[in-house]
Amino acid sequence: MRKSWWKILGLLMIATAIIGGLLGPVPVLPILHETIRNVYFHVPMWFTMLTLYLISVIYSIKYLNSGKVEHDLMAVEAVNTGIVFCAMGLLTGMLWANITWGEPWPNDPKLNGSAIATLMYLAYLVLRNALEEEQKRAKISAIYNIFAFPVMVVLLYILPKLTDSLHPGSGGNGTFGDLDMNNNMRPVFYTAVIGWILVGTWICTLRYRVRLIENKRNQID
Amino acid sequence: MNLLQQVKVLVYKDLILEWRAKYAINGILLYVVSTVFVCYQAFKSVDAPIWNALFWIILLFASINAISRSFVQESTYRQLYYYTIVSPKAVILGKIVYNSILMVFLSLIAFTFYAVVFKNPIGDPLLYLLAVLIGSFSFATVFTMVSGISAKTGNNSTMMAILSFPVIIPLLIVLIKLSNNAMQGLDRAISTNEILVLLAINVITITISLLLFPYLWRD
Repeated sequence: MRKSWWKILGLLMIATAIIGGLLGPVPVLPILHETIRNVYFHVPMWFTMLTLYLISVIYSIKYLNSGKVEHDLMAVEAVNTGIVFCAMGLLTGMLWANITWGEPWPNDPKLNGSAIATLMYLAYLVLRNALEEEQKRAKISAIYNIFAFPVMVVLLYILPKLTDSLHPGSGGNGTFGDLDMNNNMRPVFYTAVIGWILVGTWICTLRYRVRLIENKRNQID
Repeated sequence: MNLLQQVKVLVYKDLILEWRAKYAINGILLYVVSTVFVCYQAFKSVDAPIWNALFWIILLFASINAISRSFVQESTYRQLYYYTIVSPKAVILGKIVYNSILMVFLSLIAFTFYAVVFKNPIGDPLLYLLAVLIGSFSFATVFTMVSGISAKTGNNSTMMAILSFPVIIPLLIVLIKLSNNAMQGLDRAISTNEILVLLAINVITITISLLLFPYLWRD
């Protein structure tokens, strides 16, 4: 119980965010209308993905310093979970874009950036499959992971700010927080973000523990 | 020897090796020339943005071909020998410098040939040239590290493409934007942002390569 308080907290926060997000008051805005509620579901996915990729990079750095198999497993499972959150972020985003911008995939730098970032992490997984030897695989994929992370940050958070973008907070647009969110929305939004990050980390640790057990069973004592 | 001297010796060695065989230069030049010609025959005349994009795609594939060999061409024994006498940082820096020289040379020739055969008015040729120079330098820095990684896996050319394309796309987007600005002959002050982003990405790439390469070579 003492160790799992954050998992329960994460679940409670998501439950609150879903109920509060679907029932709570939202400002009446042109074009957006009720779809503004998607901000409680779309944005937290990306925050969770970024957190998981950050965890992955930290464990890759740890692996290079220590050479422990556990760190490599944590890095790869963080990427695996992160890709799922990325896919959910893309899907919720496409639903939203279909209604507000008229098509599911408008030519927007942030959309394209996230698609390319996904390719980068898929390439990481392909690289892992290409290498047979375990230690070599762990080391080389850790190096690629660290190499790719800053590029991903540039792609998702710096380039869209420079160019014209449909997303708020890019290309001189105001951020969503200043423009469209009012004070009723803020608590729900932050609850959703923290809740999804906690649950994402939980899923990642679960997968990591499964991998540890598999690893132990495969070993010859 | 300190780091700078080691780098100088390694670059000199690579240049001499290349000069003797002339394999990369001639092969890539022939590749560039024939691709430009195929594009010219296929399109005859195109709009400015397509002209620009075509040039960068040709350059992208040429540079992948040129740089993917940089670690494979030398046998593991010879690399072992390098690692006993020089620091790994000198090895990667030497490769980056050599590849930059190679890429600048290649891209200048490619650009001249492309511009002569496939005429298209450029508003601000100096800025375009700057974009080509920064572009070839960026290709060299990114691809050198990726080729180091992919050399460690068995099937080199496929891995090189898979690993390097996602990493190079942000650079390519900024490069195409910068060179589009140059083609339209916009005021140079507009393009400072792009140039700064490109330089920043290069600095980050070189720093990370220097930090990571010592882990990469130690098998």
